[in-house]
This record gives sequence, C-alpha cells and structure tokens, in this order.
Amino acid sequence: MKLSVEDKAMLSGELGAPRRWAMEHMLQVGGMFDAEDFVSVAQSHMMADPESLGEAGVVFLEGLAAHEAVYRRVRIPMITDPRGVDLSHYRPLGQTEEMADLERRTIAACEALGILMTDTCINYQTIMPPVQGEHVAYGDTGVVIYCNSVLGARSNFEGGPSALAAGLTGRTPRYGLHLDKHRKSTRRFVVRVQPNGLTDWGILGAIIGRACNSYWEVPVIEGISGTPTSDELKHFGAAMASYGSIPLFHIVGVTPEAPTLTDVCVGAAPAAEDVVASDMDAFRSDFGGKGDKVDVVVFAAPQLSLVEMQQVADLVDGQTIHADTSLIVCTSPQVAADADRMRLTSRIEASGAQVLRGTCFYQQYAREIGEANGWKRLLSNSAKIVNIIAGYGYEPALASMEDCVASAVAGKIV
Amino acid sequence: MKLELKCHKGIGTRVEGEALVASDDFSARYDLDRIKGIFSRPQHKLVGQSYVDKILVLNTSKGGVASAWMLHEMTSRALAPKAILFNRANTILAQGAALATMTMCDRFEDGDVTTLIQTGDHVVVDPEAGCVTVTRA
Repeated sequence: MKLSVEDKAMLSGELGAPRRWAMEHMLQVGGMFDAEDFVSVAQSHMMADPESLGEAGVVFLEGLAAHEAVYRRVRIPMITDPRGVDLSHYRPLGQTEEMADLERRTIAACEALGILMTDTCINYQTIMPPVQGEHVAYGDTGVVIYCNSVLGARSNFEGGPSALAAGLTGRTPRYGLHLDKHRKSTRRFVVRVQPNGLTDWGILGAIIGRACNSYWEVPVIEGISGTPTSDELKHFGAAMASYGSIPLFHIVGVTPEAPTLTDVCVGAAPAAEDVVASDMDAFRSDFGGKGDKVDVVVFAAPQLSLVEMQQVADLVDGQTIHADTSLIVCTSPQVAADADRMRLTSRIEASGAQVLRGTCFYQQYAREIGEANGWKRLLSNSAKIVNIIAGYGYEPALASMEDCVASAVAGKIV
Repeated sequence: MKLELKCHKGIGTRVEGEALVASDDFSARYDLDRIKGIFSRPQHKLVGQSYVDKILVLNTSKGGVASAWMLHEMTSRALAPKAILFNRANTILAQGAALATMTMCDRFEDGDVTTLIQTGDHVVVDPEAGCVTVTRA
C-alpha cells in the first residue's frame, strides 16, 4: 500500500504503540482487499460489548488504554454501539456481577482512549448523521447500511478492532464501499407489494438480503410508492444487512445516489427480479406460531427511536403485561433521556414492561439471560432479531408492533 | 489424492489441519455456542459439530460485526478453528482474523471451495502465497 509521511510515522511507532498496532492491523486487512492507500475518515463507531470482547478483548483494550494520553487518545470523534449490560438495570435480567465488571472495565478503557460512550446503533437518528460522500468507519451493520444507502456516506462494515484502528489513526484502508466501483447496483428488485409498517419493511429487507447473500452485491429497488420513513428504512436496512451481509442498497427516487435507475448502473441494468406478496407471506410463515405461549416480547435491533417509543407507550397505555411474559424495550441513552422527560418511559413501565438504556437484546448475553429467566419463545417485530436469536437457544416468532403488545398482554401469540 | 488450490492472498500464517466443510454461511454470533466450541444454530448444516482446531470451509460470512472480537476471544481460550476458508469473506471476518492471528483465505480460482474440499480432508493453508493444498485419503 502507498503510505503518506504521516502513515509511515504512525507505522514506525513514532506516534505511540497504539497507533503502530492500528496501522499494522489495517495493513493486513487492506492487503486482503487490495487497498492501494488509506482514506481519511471523519468519525468512527465501535461495537464493543463485553460478551463479544470477552476477557481477552477487555485486556486488549486495557493494554491500549495504559499508554500515555498523547499516544492513546483517538484522533477523530469516536462513538460506541450498544453495550451488553445496562448498569442501571442488570440484576433484574439475571446478569451477573462478573458481566457487569467486564462492562465497567470496558467503559473505563474506552473513556481513557477518548471514546464517547454513546452506546447506540441509531446514531444516524440521534448523534451526528454523516453527510453525502463523507468517509466514515462505522461498526454496526445496521448503521453502515443506513448511512451508506440513505445518507450517501462511505463506510465498510468495521468490526471492533478495525473501528478502533480507524479512531486511533483517523483513516482506513481505501477498499470496498469507499470506492465508486463497489457502489453500483449488481442486482435489481421490483417490489410488487407495498410494505405496511416496520415489520413488513424488515421482511422486505430480509428477502432481498437473503437473495443477494454477499457483502459484494448491491441491490437496487424499484416499485416503492411514496417515501419511506427513517424508522422504516432502519428496519429495512438492518434486516437486509443481517440476512445477507449487505452494506448498501439503492431505492430509485428515494436514496441519494439513485435519482434514476441509470445513475446506479454500469451499462445495462441488472435483470429485474420481482418481490411479490407471496414472498412476504412465505417469509412470515417461517416465523409464525399463533396461539403459542410467549415468554419474552422484545422491541430492539435496532434500538427504538423516540417515535417508536411513543408508539409503544400508546399501545401499552392502560394494559398490563401477562404475569408469565416479559416485555423488553431497548433504546439509546439519548432517546431514553427524552423519553423520560416526556413521560414515555413511565407509561411503558407502568404496564410491567422493562426499558433498557444503551443495550440491545441480542448483544447482552442473550443465552445467559434466557436461561436465567426461562425465556425460550421470543416474539419481536424485528426481522433482524428473529434471524440472530435462534443460535442463542430461542424459538423466535415475528409479528407487528401492535400484535407483539397484544401478545405480551395475552401471554400467547395472538 | 492431492489438490493444489489457488486463492487470493489471505491473512495469518501457514497452518494445517482437518477440514470441516458446509455450503452454509458463517457468523460467530449467529451460528456458534462459543462456550462449548460447537455450531449451535439449528438451521446450520454443522449444528452440533465441534469447530475447534478445524480448518473450516464455508461459503461466505454474514451479519454481525461482533465476529471480529469473537474470533480473538475464541482464540484466547484455545477453542477456535485453525483457519477459515470462504468462497468470499466479508470485511468483518477478515478484520477479526487479523486481530486473532487466525488464518483466513477466500476467492478460489478453481470454483466453489465448499465442493473442492471435503470434510475430513487434510488441508495445508499458506495465506501469504494464496495456496491451499488438500490431501484426501
């Protein structure tokens, strides 16, 4: 790779051991993906929940954090993805002191590195959305696909170590979505059924993601009438990334790089593939289960926006969650502060539901809290979470937000 | 029988071991019980099988940035595969391999690596040379 004077200084260790590690790490990754040089990035966002870090990951972070401030502090604004333990509400979930301690050590190390503990996967709705063409290094697949697609930013999926390397150096290897050639459409879907509500948008994203099933495919979508909301595109993108490892989509007439189909095609457009109502129904039937007992109903993945918090509050008003069922709502600390002030949190909790701040259900020791609480049958309106959670020992089902709340009240899937 | 497969330059050092192969995709978060060192996702073809010290051969990597830290964590407890070979890796798994010093290669010139290599084959992976040698009894 072609290195600037500053790249070489960081690689030599002149600017500290943490930056030398970061450059060495990125050179390995850049080599695998044929990057020719580095590109400056404006922000970094890191996934670092203690379940995935483990003791080894926390020790690694603490090792970097032990260096002098001048060598260890990140060079660009760097923020975090949801945490694994809500330190204000972990014992009721059956999370242990050992988990909480790992979380506390992670936070201490990140703060020493100068990282802002935003603990959110909806930073594009709450913190500082990137602008079109801006190069960033984001570490959550839902964040990356939304910011690439809806905002026109440029980011690869950055795992925790690479997001940290980007933060420490202010750059990332120039490969993948940083290059124009990887942003043109390779598959084309014509939607013959209009999604209705967040769950439908998630299902549509899941179908397209599953069909593409490669980080290196870029779907362009036609046939959407009207303009989807930010929350709808959030669920659409998160599901597409989850089912297919897709980091970018275009919707003709909606997303900024696709005013027309021609704008996202090199030469002839890819052959059209229809998505019809029966595709949506077939997907739903994989996650059915009407009449079955439900142990836990989850609103998460992605964290809820303020608007979704209000929707949940309106649905649970005057209702009581069934004694044998738990309702978990995960939102960001930023949204939670507003929801508290606007009394949305107290309305949700009055029903018996639990509101978690700065975590996401599947990132918070899902296997262990499932075992501690006897949760097996899980219901959610998130197509993403029902994809992830089976590996943690759950039997997932999918329903709209309205039906999820009604099921939580009934104690069985309605 | 011996096969020499060419792939793209990968990550990590030369390793050898026994292949565990499926045409499925891979995510450390979605598919594994990392405490026991086995595949746990019911829909995965390798469900119930141990991946420890194996050369895993799978189609592509999917979902979840968590896999990057998780490979490092799995390696630290010596409950990890020796290497992972993909038809096509995504960025996260490559980044995770770099931190974990786990060997990883993708983009095989001779076709679908999940059919070229079979479970039980003895495999030598040389990521620097972009070369995988397969010996079948």
